[in-house]
Amino acid sequence: MSAANGTGAGAGKGAGKNGGDVLLRMTDVVIDGFSDERWHEIIKGVNLTLRRGEVLGLIGESGAGKSTLGLGAMGFVRPGCRLTSGEIMFDGMELRQMPEREKQKLWGTRMAYVAQSAAAAFNPAHRLIDQTIEASLRKGDLSPKEAEARAIDLYRAMQLPDPAEIGYRYPHQVSGGQLQRAMTAMAMAAHPDLIVFDEPTTALDVTTQVEVLASMREAVEQFNTAAIYITHDLAVVAQMADRIKVLRYGEEMEEAETRKMLKAPEHPYTKSLWSVRSIAKEPETNEDYILQIEGVDAAYGKGLKILHDVNIAVPRGRTVAIVGESGSGKSTTARVITGLLPPSAGRVLFNGTPLPAALKQRRKEQLQKIQMIYQMADTAMNPRHSVAEIIGRPLEFYLGLRGRAKEARVLELLQMIELDESFMDRLPSELSGGQKQRICIARAVAAEPELIICDEVTSALDQIVQEGILKLLLKLQQDLGVSYIFITHDIATVQAISDEIVVMLQGRVVEQGLKTEIMHPPYPEYTELLLSSVPEMDPDWLSNLLAARTGTGDL
Amino acid sequence: MSDPEQTYSATAEVGQIRRRRSRLERAWIELKKAPPSAIFGLVVIAIYAFFAIFAHWVAPYGQADSSFGAYLPWGGAHLLGTDQIGRDIYSRLIFGAQNTIGIALVTTIISFALGGGLGLIAAIMRGWTDLILARMVDVLMAIPGLIFALMLLSIFGSSTWGLIIIIAVLDSTRVFRLARAVSMNVVVMEYVEAARLRGEKLGWVMRREILPNILPPMVAEFGLRFSFVFLTIAALSFLGVGIQPPTADWGSMVRENATLIQFAKYDLKGAITPLLPAGAIALLTVAVNFVVDWFLHKTSGLKE
Repeated sequence: MSAANGTGAGAGKGAGKNGGDVLLRMTDVVIDGFSDERWHEIIKGVNLTLRRGEVLGLIGESGAGKSTLGLGAMGFVRPGCRLTSGEIMFDGMELRQMPEREKQKLWGTRMAYVAQSAAAAFNPAHRLIDQTIEASLRKGDLSPKEAEARAIDLYRAMQLPDPAEIGYRYPHQVSGGQLQRAMTAMAMAAHPDLIVFDEPTTALDVTTQVEVLASMREAVEQFNTAAIYITHDLAVVAQMADRIKVLRYGEEMEEAETRKMLKAPEHPYTKSLWSVRSIAKEPETNEDYILQIEGVDAAYGKGLKILHDVNIAVPRGRTVAIVGESGSGKSTTARVITGLLPPSAGRVLFNGTPLPAALKQRRKEQLQKIQMIYQMADTAMNPRHSVAEIIGRPLEFYLGLRGRAKEARVLELLQMIELDESFMDRLPSELSGGQKQRICIARAVAAEPELIICDEVTSALDQIVQEGILKLLLKLQQDLGVSYIFITHDIATVQAISDEIVVMLQGRVVEQGLKTEIMHPPYPEYTELLLSSVPEMDPDWLSNLLAARTGTGDL
Repeated sequence: MSDPEQTYSATAEVGQIRRRRSRLERAWIELKKAPPSAIFGLVVIAIYAFFAIFAHWVAPYGQADSSFGAYLPWGGAHLLGTDQIGRDIYSRLIFGAQNTIGIALVTTIISFALGGGLGLIAAIMRGWTDLILARMVDVLMAIPGLIFALMLLSIFGSSTWGLIIIIAVLDSTRVFRLARAVSMNVVVMEYVEAARLRGEKLGWVMRREILPNILPPMVAEFGLRFSFVFLTIAALSFLGVGIQPPTADWGSMVRENATLIQFAKYDLKGAITPLLPAGAIALLTVAVNFVVDWFLHKTSGLKE
């Protein structure tokens, strides 16, 4: 398909694309945000050059200003922000000074934006195809019929199933991955010169992510579109980008071609980003089981059965990772363990004795021994409670600590999670994502549990923050001897932290065993798919994988 | 590079930059940005509150003091004249503020305690509790409020507390619906689940986990419901079943002096007299609504 274009756009990644003319040049761009009654600099004078047909990866931890810069490249700022100074030249037009109405004509037609959450970006009341062709119609060079035909071509290029018909569905009638691809199709529909991808695959499963990445890359190459790809996933950016720019605190740290950046990063911060996946743990097991799930069936309501004969055993002081894509019953298993969803058959043994099925029948001591950490730290903490209250409550509730003793213990816990006393009276809204998750960990640890269930605790975080959290969890396990059940769809996390792995598919356990056993061939078919879909930090990984999967060597 | 931090550390992560401010400072910042209508509303409410609280000191005569001549004209010893049995209108207006606003406030508080509490319970418990409470509320709401209140008052007689309780119960149905609806959104949050997993009792979950998060819409609703309760009480008094004489209140003052309007061509000022309490009611209602509007606008997160 790369031959369709013929002008060198498909010449491969990171090679020989400097010949295209400059499409976008941002010079000393400063963007301010208004918060707390003052203007703060979010982007502190960043330069950026993008040629036609080139893909630039923007990476950095959250709060680095990636999205702000990406939107700024389109001359757009979020409400409460302003373009303070600098120059944004897009194809000979200066966007910063351009009146809003002029810019609106460009948006959607010559520049497009693909958001992280496609579900939130589609209007649920209109069919996909009507939304896909909206920009083309506004551009006015196509009749509705032609626009629809082009949309269907794009659906085909995005490898959506049944491309001729899928556009006539409503957003809720297609899956998340399909919606994300439909959104990319929508962005491409008017053949824009520039597309800004803002973390388009973060919300997807690894297996879906591969498909979406492949179709995005192909579409970008086919139409010789320039793109800015924003992500915090280094492995993903390695697949997509020709060049990578690293941002931190609104400043550029380093920019280089992808291969060079991967091989020889220069800035210490970039190096620390690159060393992220360095955690490795020797798997160990134990005959002393702290938790045993025996033959558990579970259903929501009367009809919908989610779990089928699930058997899982958790050795004391070890980590069991439950992996599987969304809908495989991972979180439902957690709900059965915590008692939120009483099983319809089977039982849960804790320290050899059966736990009452329902939450209400469990005693305080039983509740204390099993704690839970959630995926979204945002919603797991009451926004109106201060950090001291959040961590202090389990201390008061389970251990009866009050006053001074409680405060001292809260401080101790804060230090344990590598924060200090200045965090005591902050509200969750005043913390970063990683800090929030640390507070949630402290809250779980405060109860002095024997088992902690971690439900996707790192999947909403940047990689560098993820690593910090995983290291912390490992350290806590060594110091306190707690056992973890680690629910995740991220195999890299599993590699880093687990002793044993349970693979789940459609509410059944496919296999359980030591990490070393599960991660070594021969795999069952599903495990194979799951493992091979995890992006690696090798720019050729995606191409090789697709080649291997199609078996032809070329797409 | 202006950044000394070269590698990662948990405390250096970028959170929301924010300076600590006391509640008072934050309130002052908000107040400075308030639109003129809200300022007007706040000033009016403050004046009403002042007169209501200090009625005994501000009013020149007692509210039931009928030792003067009937229908005295404006001016002289009686700023706004006297009524049909010789009570000072100006004093009665001031006492009316105390009585009407006081009773309306107590009624609204009771209706919020009742409706809000039950709404929270319904949202947390779900299932049968929710179903039964919601259907009871539906039944109460199906009957036109004023007519139902009239009926109940004529059955139980119109004592002040009877009036308060009846209106509070009838009004609590709307509070119930709002409280239930907004807490439904909070109940599904993971921090509520976390509290339940911890084994927290219903009371804690209601008070500490949910209530702080539904407070803004509830406060706005409080202002609005207060206006309605206030109007209902005035209407009932006008109909003669509300606050009973000799206690001064604006609704019955309008009724008692209504006939004066007919004599407008002989005494214009006298004819205005019955309109004064009516105007007082209208002004307070408008003022409260201005403030509520502003508050709702702030808390709903809408930006202009």
